[in-house]
Parts: sequence; C-alpha cells; structure tokens
Amino acid sequence: MSFYGLVDGSDSSLKKYLGGLSGVDQVGADARASMLATRSIKTTSKRWAIDTAISMVDLTTLEGADTPGKVQALCTKAVRPDPTDSTVPSVGAVCVYNDMVGIARKHLDLIGGSHVGVAAVSTAFPSGRASMPVKIQDTQDALDAGASEIDMVIDRGAFLSGDYITVFNEIVQIRELCGERAHLKVIFETGELVTYDNVRKASFLAMAAGADFIKTSTGKVAPAATAPVVLVMLEAVRDFYSMTQTRIGVKPAGGIRNTKDAIKQLVLVNETAGPEWLTPSLFRIGASALLNDLLMQRMKMDDGYYASPAYVTID
Amino acid sequence: MKFDYAPAPESRSIVSIKPKYGHFIGGKFVAGRKHFPTINPATEEVLSQIALAGVAEVDAAVKAARKAYTTTWSKMSGRERGKYLFRIARIMQERSREFAVLETLDNGKPIRESRDVDVPLAAAHFFYHAGWADKLEFAGLGTSTKPHGVAGQIIPWNFPLLMLAWKVAPALAAGNTVVLKPAENTSLTALLFAEVCQQAELPAGVVNIVTGNGSTGALIVNHPGIDKIAFTGSTEVGKIIARAVAPTQKSVTLELGGKAANIIFEDAAIDEAIEGIVNGVFFNQGHVCCAGSRLILQESVADEVIEKLKRRMSMIRVGDPMDKNTDLGAINSKEQLLKIRELSATGDDEGAQRWSAPCDLPKKGFWFAPTIFTGVTQSHRIAREEIFGPVLSVLTFRTPQEGIDKANNTPFGLSAGVWSEKGSRILWASQQLRAGVIWSNTFNKFDPTSPFGGYKESGWGREGGRHGLSAYLKGVGHE
Amino acid sequence: MSNRIDVKKTYKLFINGAFPRTESGRTYEIKNAKGVFIANPCLASRKDLKDAVVAARAAHSGWNKASAFNKGQILYRIAEMLEGRRTQFVQEIVLVTGVTKVKAEKEVTESVDRLVWYAGWSDKLSSLSGALNPVAGPYYNFTVPESMGVIAAIAPESPSLLGLIDAIAPVIVGGNTVIVLASTKAPLSAMSFAEVIATSDVPAGVINVLTGKKDEIAPWMASHMDIDGMDISGLGAKSHGAVRIAGAENLKRIYSFNSADPGRILAFLEHKTVWHPIGL
Repeated sequence: MSFYGLVDGSDSSLKKYLGGLSGVDQVGADARASMLATRSIKTTSKRWAIDTAISMVDLTTLEGADTPGKVQALCTKAVRPDPTDSTVPSVGAVCVYNDMVGIARKHLDLIGGSHVGVAAVSTAFPSGRASMPVKIQDTQDALDAGASEIDMVIDRGAFLSGDYITVFNEIVQIRELCGERAHLKVIFETGELVTYDNVRKASFLAMAAGADFIKTSTGKVAPAATAPVVLVMLEAVRDFYSMTQTRIGVKPAGGIRNTKDAIKQLVLVNETAGPEWLTPSLFRIGASALLNDLLMQRMKMDDGYYASPAYVTID
Repeated sequence: MKFDYAPAPESRSIVSIKPKYGHFIGGKFVAGRKHFPTINPATEEVLSQIALAGVAEVDAAVKAARKAYTTTWSKMSGRERGKYLFRIARIMQERSREFAVLETLDNGKPIRESRDVDVPLAAAHFFYHAGWADKLEFAGLGTSTKPHGVAGQIIPWNFPLLMLAWKVAPALAAGNTVVLKPAENTSLTALLFAEVCQQAELPAGVVNIVTGNGSTGALIVNHPGIDKIAFTGSTEVGKIIARAVAPTQKSVTLELGGKAANIIFEDAAIDEAIEGIVNGVFFNQGHVCCAGSRLILQESVADEVIEKLKRRMSMIRVGDPMDKNTDLGAINSKEQLLKIRELSATGDDEGAQRWSAPCDLPKKGFWFAPTIFTGVTQSHRIAREEIFGPVLSVLTFRTPQEGIDKANNTPFGLSAGVWSEKGSRILWASQQLRAGVIWSNTFNKFDPTSPFGGYKESGWGREGGRHGLSAYLKGVGHE
Repeated sequence: MSNRIDVKKTYKLFINGAFPRTESGRTYEIKNAKGVFIANPCLASRKDLKDAVVAARAAHSGWNKASAFNKGQILYRIAEMLEGRRTQFVQEIVLVTGVTKVKAEKEVTESVDRLVWYAGWSDKLSSLSGALNPVAGPYYNFTVPESMGVIAAIAPESPSLLGLIDAIAPVIVGGNTVIVLASTKAPLSAMSFAEVIATSDVPAGVINVLTGKKDEIAPWMASHMDIDGMDISGLGAKSHGAVRIAGAENLKRIYSFNSADPGRILAFLEHKTVWHPIGL
C-alpha cells in the first residue's frame, strides 16, 4: 500500500509524519466552535439544512436488547422517515451490530430501501479490546452479511501508550479486508483520547492508513461529538485534502439529539472543510433520537406551528 | 448545493431613535442649538440629528459636574457610590439588546459583536469598578488617596459604548464626576446611557454628556474647570492634547494608536493562529487601536499560513451589520473609507501584492473587503501607519530575534500577538515585545480586570484593573 | 602647612562609562560662596547629549535584562563605594556650597542610605505593581512592570548629591538607563559621583552624567525622540510647560517629584499585560 506517499508503513516514518503535525490550542478551538454555534439559520436555509441532515443520519441502534423486530422497524423508518410525507429523504444508513447486518440488509431491500446502506460497528466495538484475529473475524462476519460500511474502533490503549504503529496496522488490515465491498469509518472515541492534539493526530493517522471516514465516538462514552472535536476533525480532512487531493468523510456520533445541534454541525462543515463536504458521502451524523426532532422541525416549518411527538413515529 | 444562510436580521423595533437629541447636563436633557446628522454607515440613512456643543454647553456641563462633585459625589461614601455603579451595570444588562441594536445601527459593526462583546463588556466594566468604590484605600496609592475632581473624557467611534464604560466607570468609582463627549459619528449609545443614568437615579451632574465634534473636544480639553483629561483616539490628536495641557496642572491619560505585530512562529497551532489573525485584524472592521495589522510570519510556515488565511478570509461574511451571521460590517464613515483606500493604494504603489477576499459588497453604505498585502517590507507605509481598517500587511522573518526586532520597529507600542506551542518561546517573546498588551496564542481579548494601554506613542497610562483605576486618583508622589 | 602644590582634578562628563570632555570645548566657571575659583566644568552640548542617549539606548537592553537581584546588588555596590569616599564628598559639598561640615555629612549619610533603600526595591517592584488578573475566561493573565527605556533626569540645584541620587537611583532600579544633568551651581558632587559609578560594576551607558545649563539642555532633552521619559524635578517650574510641549512630540512621560517614594520608581515603569489560554 502506498499510504498516499505520506508514510512507508514503518514505525519511524509514522512517528515522523505524526510528529510534523501542528498542535491544537484548546481554548482557540473551543472559541471558534462556539462562535460558529452563533450562526442563525432561518427559513429556506433551515429547510435545506433539515433535509440535508436527514439524508446524513446514520440511524443507529446499538443495544444489547436489539432484536430483529427492533432492527426491522429502524430500517422502515430509515427508508421513509415520515410515512405521511414522501418528500422527506431517506437517511444515509442504518447502523447496527454485526449480527443484525443480515436482517437489516434483507429488510431494507424488501421495502425498497436498497439505496440505504448498512453500517456495522466492528473490531470489538465499543472497547476495541480483543485480539486482531477476533477483530478480523468480527469485520468479516459483517461483510459477509452484506454490510456496506464498517465502523471500526481504534485501540485507544495502544494510541494512548504511544504505540501508533499498532493502531495504524489494525486500520490497514481492516481496510484491506473491506476492499471494494465496504466503506471504512474509523472511530476514535474522542472522549477517551481527551486532547484535541490527540484527535488531530488520530485523524491524520487514520486517513493515511486508508480510512474513508473518521468518526468521533461510539456513543458509549461521554463527551462524544462535541463541536470543537468535530471542528478539529474537519480541519484535518480539509488539510489532508490539500496534501493528497483526497476527500475523507467525517462522522460525528453521540450527543447530537436535536435539529439545532445538527444544524450547528452543518455550519461547522460548511465553514471548516467547506461546502464540498455537505453530502452524505462525506458527512454523516450518527444518531437515533435526532431524526424525530428533525422531522418535527420540518413539520413546524411546513405548518407554521410547533409539532408534537405524537405525530412522529417512535423507532 | 450551497449552504447559503438566509438573511437573519436582528429586529430594530426594540430601539426608538428620536429625530433630534440634545445634551445631557445636570441630570436633564438640554436642547442643542446647532445640530448635525448621524447616519447608519451601512445604509447612509440619517438616523437622527445630534447637537453640537459649543462654549456655553461645555461650560454648563463642567459647572454641573463641579457642583455635583462638590455638593454630592465627593461627600458620598464609597459604599453608596458603588451601589449606583451596580445599578447602572444592571440596567445596561437589562437593556442590552437595545444597546446592541443601537450600537450596530449607528456604528456599522456586526450585531454579533455588539451583542456578544461590546455591550456585555461595558456592563462588566461597571460591575468591576462598582466594587472598587468603597475599597480605594486598597488600590495601592495609600490611604489618603483622592479623586481629581471633574474628569473630561473624549472617546472614539470604534467602540462607542465600551469606551464610555472604560472611561465613566473608573472615574465614578474613584469619586470623580465627568463630562463625556462621544465621537461625532457615534453619539447614540452615549445618549441612551444618559437615560440609564436617569433610571439609576444617579445624582444630577455626576455624568454629563455633551455631543459634538473635535471643536467640542478641544473646549473640554482647554476648559479650566477640568481636572483630568482622558482621551482615546488617534496619536495625532493625543499629541495635540498633550501640548494643550502641558502648561496646566491637569492630569492626562491617553489611549492612542497602534500598529500591532502578530508574530507566528513555525511551531504555532496553525488553525488557531489563523483564527487569531482573522480576529486580530478583521474584528470590528479593523477599527481597533490594538488590531494585529502586521502579520509577521516565520518564513518556514509563511506559504502555508497565507494559503490557509486566504481560504479562511473567503469565509468571512461581509454585509448587513444587523444580520446575525455577519462577520464584517460597514466601515464607520466615508472619511475612514477614503483613508483606508488611500493607504491601501500606497501598498500597491510600493510594490506589495494585494489580495482581497471575494465578496459582494452592498451598493449603499461604506464597505471594504477583507484584504491582505503580501511582500510587505518594514519601509512600506502600510507596515508603519495605522490603517484602522480590514487590511493586513504580511512580513516574514527567519530567526526569532529578527521577528521581535521587526515587531518592535515602530513608534507605537500598544499590543502584540505571539503564537507558538513552546512555552519558553512564548515567555521569551512576551518579554521582548515592547507593548502594553501581549496576546499569546490569542488576540483581541479584553476584560475589566486586565490593564490595557500602550508603550511609546500608543499613549499614557492604563485602563482596566487597579492600574486603570489609579489614573482617576491622586496620590502617586509626583506633583 | 605644606608647601606642596595640589594636583587638581579636571572635571569632565561621564558618558558610556568614560570621562570625555565636552565635544564643544565649552566650560563655565564655578566659584565657592566666597567667590574663590573652584573648577571649570563642562557645558555639555547638544551633541554630548546625543552621545549620551546613544550610550544609554545601547545599554538599555542589557540592563533591562539583568536580573532584579543583580540590579539590586549593583545599586548596593554604589552605596558601598560612596560610603568609602564619604570624606571627599563632604569636602566637596562644603567647598562648593559653604554649608557646615555637619550638614554636608548628613547629606552624604542620607545619600548612602537612600541608595541602599532604592537598591532593595529592585526585586519588589512586581509585588508592588504587578498583578494576576482574574479575567472572565480560560486565560492566564498577568501584569508586570517593565522598564520604560531611556530616561533623562534633571537633578535639583540642591542638595547636590542627594538630589542626584534621587534623580538616578529610582530610574535605574527598574531597568531604565539614565542621562542625568547635574546641579549647575554645585556640579562637583555629580562629577565625583561619576567616579563612584565607574567603580561600582555599573555597565557602561546605564548612567550618564552631564553638566551644564538646565534651560539650554532641558529643551534638547525634551525634543530628543529617543528619550522615553523625563524627570524634571530639578528644573525651574516656569520651564515645565515648554518642556512638556516639546516632549509631546514623542509622548514622553514627563514627571516632577517632591519626595522619594516608590511612586518615583513606578513613574518610569511601563506595565505589560500578558494573556495566555489555559487548556489541555
């Protein structure tokens, strides 16, 4: 593999590459993110943003209690989020554990949702604490069941102990496994990486290793997709594009629960990576409750009065 | 597929602007004799007619201030004085939206800045100084410290309400009474502040506001009944004031011009540095005395920084200041716009390369696109003179000492920025830079507790903190 | 009574650690109270002032950087040197001004003690006027006093030694360099004090001593664009306005003092406020 010519796969070249990254000033990044949060998105731009956000949702269920019935219901919602309004777009994908991938894929295809992807969380999600053969098998199962997107977690223990090459090699191996069959999203669990310097470093590491997307969190650890973390990752994909002419996607996940939060994310994308990233192929939002709030806001914009949860379907 | 933000205008219905204003003297609004228009620089709409104070009005204001000082304010305990300041702070907070809208209409600055910076900081200044009023013996000037008496205060058009707060709050806390003159282009928030003084039941004459132009300012400076002058404005006028008061016993503080260097070392956190550069020179349309108008880049990162900066500048939203999404508003006046254009033209003539962010400028009003000049050298006028607009001059350096030498190579010394992720280098640079405020890994931050003011030709004295308070007190051991 | 002929001293200027004569070749005559000739001190010229400013400016960076401890040590060293030459200073004061020996001794004693007092301030100035400012945000924000640069000081006519100490010590203790213009009528103390300075480890150019006419030199000082501040305590009040007007050209900080207190030191310090974010 060429790794964009940025590293040669050796530990030393990886260290040199990561060592050349500029630092991130936390206060400055926080200030920029909160300034962008003051953007006021109204009327036509709000309507556009809501539909765009809906199309970017990775509608997620990642619970021990998940059943085929629950997953099928989620798939139905993913394809037609508002059964009363056919102008509402489908979401980007459903996101499930690997044993639910086959059920999801089958149901989506059955109800005319073949355009909706199935993302499988992988590599011993959410902790990433398993041997590499187990992680590979985990991913292989999901691919075999028809996953079009693999959301792998990195080994945060290795990352925090400075063993970047292990993290790098794991991503490389999973990337190879995915081949042409699936997009690879690499989850950092930014709440465990803690510093923005680490987030920036992990972003560049994952991108060089072949990630198609970089993703903030598993949704199991707080804080998750905070605005400044997403800002730092968007800066990373923007800079990576100037270096390699390759656009890597970004997926915030966890903590984005309402329309206001989602629109803030789109503003971040628009003014950081740029409008080219405002597409489901380059920006996704991992969420569950968010979709209904987007739908309620959409109704409000159409009807002129506030909606009630009674008029949107529960998952 | 473009994410164009629809207009999100702040409503102006919260303010009611009178067709004509007088002066605020002795606790009452007094009709003016002559008037001049004040306009909204974003639309050129005439907002109101402002009174021009002459000898009689200035004299009346000084007399009212003297009377209030002698009969009321100097006799009141610090504890009671402080409560008036607290009241003022609270009313400013209650009416903050009104102040923000009025400031933006009259000044042209984005509503986001007047709402999030100017007005909250102005209220914070009153809160901070309110607490000093009954603690003056701990201000470091000894226990027998005394106010000067009547302070004449002349403020600029770039931060009309905030500069008022910087002047009035410490003066009142220290026990002085004031005669304040707002800038001729931006009198409206000062006149609204007069209403706040009435609502706070501040004793008549403690704060007097006379409006007018430079001639009114000169009457205040030269009035024998004034004990202390505080001025914020250009270095040129600052020198005139310094000469005018030279033969007198008047105490003077001056906050004047600047040509701040913003030094970016190669190990800086580049993305935050870019934000700092943008905030440094495009905040308030660059109408900031401490604006980081000289970007001094280490050569090894110069190309990267300039590329990223241009990209970031392309994202700056220029236009209607009342739109909540506007980043860069209107240039405050036609004169200022002409001055910016003229100085920028010298940049072209002297061989620097101009680049302006692509943006549609409104047809009416006064506008200047965010602009940088690269290839600037120390001898260019745009590297030496204060442009006071959204124009950045970019210079480069090779070694840290060279960067510092270029930064210090100016008669000004108000502020400077330095960006590096290396702690020892930040402290070294902060020590070397000859300026009163050093923003390291940040820029254009203000706080009432933090002294602000310049070295060299950037002025005399500090504002904010204990150091700022002391300018309004006597007892420092010199005559 | 000895028949030996005294070896008399030629009194010169003190610029950049050396003792040049005035480049102008001009001198003036001083006599004692009884009209007896004492010396022909230099009438410093505008160019002498310029040379002194160049020396003071060059010395500023190093002196400013010297540790507060080091500055205090050097000021204390000046006091030690002065103490060792008490007799000479007493004699000169008596000779020029005609005061009693007791009075002269008192002045010299106070001069030594005041030097020691000023010396002790060197490492306490930031406690006196520095601050850690509790700003409303994630920033570490502090204010520190810092030297202003090159200061011109005009010493009072009398007391000629103690007044000179008050013109020099508070200026240099905070890291400034100084050009001091001595008492015109009684310049001997100043010229001998320059010898004390020369033997006290004071770096060349930190203290420069001129003699001459105040009303001639003060306007030159005021209009010199590379002088940052002036102490005009020793200048007649009627000349203050004109000096302040000339000094406005580069916004010199010009002060006049009537006591020896810390305000005298702080007057020639700038205050620098530094912000830095606090974050991970």
